[in-house]
Amino acid sequence: MNGETPISIRNLSVHYGDLRVLKDVNLDIPARKITVVIGPSGCGKTTLLKSLNRMLDTAEGARVQGQVVLDGENIYDPRTEVTRIRRKMGLLSQKPQVLPMSIYENVAYGPRIHGLRAKAELDGRVEHYLRVAGLWEEVKDRLRDPASMLSVGQQQRLCLARGLAVEPEIILGDEPTSALDPQSSQNVERRLTELKRDYTVVVVTHILRQARRIADHLAFLYLGELVEHGPAAEVFAAPKDPRTKAYLTGEIS
Amino acid sequence: MNGRADARLGRRKRTELFFRTLAAVSAAIVLLSLLLILGTILWKSVPALSLSMLTQTPRGGFYLGKEGGILNAIVGSLDLALGATALAFLLSLPLALYLNVYKGRASKTAVWTRFFLDVLWGVPSIVYGAFGFVVMLALGLRASLLAGILTVALLELPIMTRAIDEVMRLVPRELTDASASLGATRFETALKVLVRQSAPGILTGVLLAFGRGIGDAASVLFTAGFTDRIPGSLADPAATLPLAIFFQLGTPFPEVQQRAYASAAVLTLIILLISLAGRAMSRKVTRHVVK
Repeated sequence: MNGETPISIRNLSVHYGDLRVLKDVNLDIPARKITVVIGPSGCGKTTLLKSLNRMLDTAEGARVQGQVVLDGENIYDPRTEVTRIRRKMGLLSQKPQVLPMSIYENVAYGPRIHGLRAKAELDGRVEHYLRVAGLWEEVKDRLRDPASMLSVGQQQRLCLARGLAVEPEIILGDEPTSALDPQSSQNVERRLTELKRDYTVVVVTHILRQARRIADHLAFLYLGELVEHGPAAEVFAAPKDPRTKAYLTGEIS
Repeated sequence: MNGRADARLGRRKRTELFFRTLAAVSAAIVLLSLLLILGTILWKSVPALSLSMLTQTPRGGFYLGKEGGILNAIVGSLDLALGATALAFLLSLPLALYLNVYKGRASKTAVWTRFFLDVLWGVPSIVYGAFGFVVMLALGLRASLLAGILTVALLELPIMTRAIDEVMRLVPRELTDASASLGATRFETALKVLVRQSAPGILTGVLLAFGRGIGDAASVLFTAGFTDRIPGSLADPAATLPLAIFFQLGTPFPEVQQRAYASAAVLTLIILLISLAGRAMSRKVTRHVVK
């Protein structure tokens, strides 16, 4: 593996009650690349993603074993402050979930929580990240309108801006285009591709064509098991495991 | 074959007609009852309604039909209900947040707390009155505005908490997760996301509790007492509109009985005004709610 690995997943297993959703996953996520996790529905993709920013904490009945090492620190260490971990990651969920406040306040929400109060600086940050998310031109004249008035595609880009505004190192996307129309999906994909210059991106998807379009690094998850991972071009061209091959050719889905 | 299908269709149509009529009749009865209540109160109160009714306290001989008004009860009721509602809110909101944020929504604590609140909701208000009276005596207090406020707050608490709790339970998990994923603490998420998202429901809960509090007679009978004066402090007894209605209706004089209806009209009007104000406010707090 060349370069840094900001996230190392070590022997990670997750249980919901008696059900084992992730089995002994080991994965290094390369810096400033898009790592795409593919696999059929119910294979544990979302659980894997949620384990990275400890959002499993809020899921009732989830038990986590193993380590997720972020910048040299195991995030499941009891001494780790969870809000600080989450601050390092921006999350895009399947369905964009705007907060019950204005467009402006949605983006300012994170920075405010983390102590930014100065109005001018907040204004600057809101504008900057709305531009990065490709939404500024569409909303600059109605920043005080409720965020729920935006279209779903715009809401997803607002969520992106909101996540970026806390200045994370990593962007997590949980099937971030599944609720969007083709054009909005394309827009979000383009943003992610641009963002990998500055951020480490991890995207979970069940859309193979999307993985082909954006992945630098590919991981295939099947029934809770990490079957295969490696540079996307290699895995797509010559999958080593027969299950990966079967998935890529559409035999299992 | 065709004949049987026709017969079945005919039966289904008759059933449909029957239930539609039933629904319409029920709606009409409810609406008519409301109009009848309002109409009766207004019609009966017309002879007694005057400005002095609203601006004066009872003078000597008021309960015999002489001059004076019910300002004591209007002010007393407003003081009491506003105080009790504010106090109940200070406890209800944290309790609802505790159930929805700090304890899992489906946790044992939450389930049992809800059950106890529902039982409290069903407790008749005279029982609250009797309980308040016992506590008052134990503490050596007299019937006073304060004792009334405490008792009515207790009466309002389960209503308000459960109303707020029910709307908070409807807030999707994804929404609070979105806040958490930005690094917000539970408290920040509760205050800035959960409360804002459920603001219209919180308002409804507060109004519901206020309406119940201002209209209740039994809980204040022994605790707030009754007086012809406007309470000057929390330690003074306070008159209330429901008790004013009760005492005035109980007299043998038609003039005084008419005043009871006028008092009822005033009470209804206060609740109506508060509801309208609530609706106006609701429009404002609904603006940002995420659907």
